[in-house]
Amino acid sequence: MSLHAIIIDDARSVRMILKKMMVELGFTVEEAEDGKKALEILVQNGPADVALVDWNMPVMNGFEFIQEVRKQSIYDEMKIMMVTTESELVRMIAALEAGANEYVMKPFTKDIIVEKLTIMGLINNENASAAH
Amino acid sequence: MTISSTDFDFVRNYVKSKSAITLEAGKEYLVETRLSSIIVSEGLKDISDLVIKMKERADSPLHARVLDAMTTNETFFFRDITPFEVLKKEVIPDLLSRRSPNGPLNIWCAASSSGQEPYTISMVIADNFPSLKTPGCLTFIASDISQQMLAKAKSGLYTQLEVNRGLPAALLVKHFTKVGLDWQIKDEIKRMVDYRMINLSTTFPSLPQMDIIFIRNVLIYFEVEVKKKILEQIRKVMKPDAYLFLGGSETTFNLDDNFERCDLNKTVAYRLKKPK
Ligand SMILES: C[S@@+](CC[C@H](N)C(=O)[O-])C[C@H]1O[C@@H](n2cnc3c(N)ncnc32)[C@H](O)[C@@H]1O
Repeated sequence: MSLHAIIIDDARSVRMILKKMMVELGFTVEEAEDGKKALEILVQNGPADVALVDWNMPVMNGFEFIQEVRKQSIYDEMKIMMVTTESELVRMIAALEAGANEYVMKPFTKDIIVEKLTIMGLINNENASAAH
Repeated sequence: MTISSTDFDFVRNYVKSKSAITLEAGKEYLVETRLSSIIVSEGLKDISDLVIKMKERADSPLHARVLDAMTTNETFFFRDITPFEVLKKEVIPDLLSRRSPNGPLNIWCAASSSGQEPYTISMVIADNFPSLKTPGCLTFIASDISQQMLAKAKSGLYTQLEVNRGLPAALLVKHFTKVGLDWQIKDEIKRMVDYRMINLSTTFPSLPQMDIIFIRNVLIYFEVEVKKKILEQIRKVMKPDAYLFLGGSETTFNLDDNFERCDLNKTVAYRLKKPK
């Protein structure tokens, strides 16, 4: 059974790049352009295995999304990885404290995404090299 | 830029004589791309110009730069993850139960490139076996042939791209500080590692008997005879119950039958066979 990811970013181009990478790694993917849309999708379809979340977005930003999600125990198993241009230590700490599991600073490469998914235990070295 | 076959032979013979790394026919493109930045920065015309310069002297900073450029330094934090998980959950606890909670343990990380691998080990130790940080409890040597890589490793300064690779965010915020756009590993982690220049293809310098050896993703570059010699020397610096970690595509199998494979939760370590 394939793992399920939701990609939340207001930039369509970023969503497309991430989606391509995740599909190549065997994930099924949904997209949302802000945190609120993402919550709606999650309510409808149930929790994803991983959410890749930008920080700065209109309507509901990524940080607010994490806070919202971590209030609800049905999302306890869902991993959250921030993928953002925010690269200050304080931001990173805030995101982790709010319940993000991982944090990627843009710009990213496929290797970076693969290595982070590996340390979160979502994929193993074999899936990773197969997708290369 | 294309390389003539005599220049290619000169470069590959030089690299092989220094590091034992073999560049097979067909790797011309690699030499061309890797040397192009040296040619530009030295104001040289092309590769044959570079070769002429190298031939003027037996050894020079230019020679060192060529060697550095021709070695693959690819590395990242927590590479392959499982070796570090078993280090934490099985290997170090096993060794400490045989010694004492304070060790002492001797660890060697050979071919450590720009330091991500030894610092991964240091972070695992600092976070899980803090008593080993007491003076005298841990001897941790990391080594590489490349002075440039050793200098970078010693500085402990990494770019954003490098800390994005494999390093859990929780450890980034714990063990690094941000300096401008780069990230500096904290002194407490840096101090644990002692960097040395060791060329694996020559006779090893005198080293303490090791409890744990990492020598990953470097044997692949050598010919069988060189691999055998390295493994033989490694064996001699291993304590009887030591653990050896190789890269995912490397093995002692068919090279040295004094080792036995030890399967540890999704990864493999090698140990010395018990004398009969
Ligand atoms: C691909 S990196 C591996 C780094 C790290 N061990 C890892 O697995 O991520 C290979 C390293 O081997 C070093 N190397 C190549 N030939 C060597 C030799 N003869 N002796 C010691 N180190 C060597 C290179 O300088 C380079 O840093």
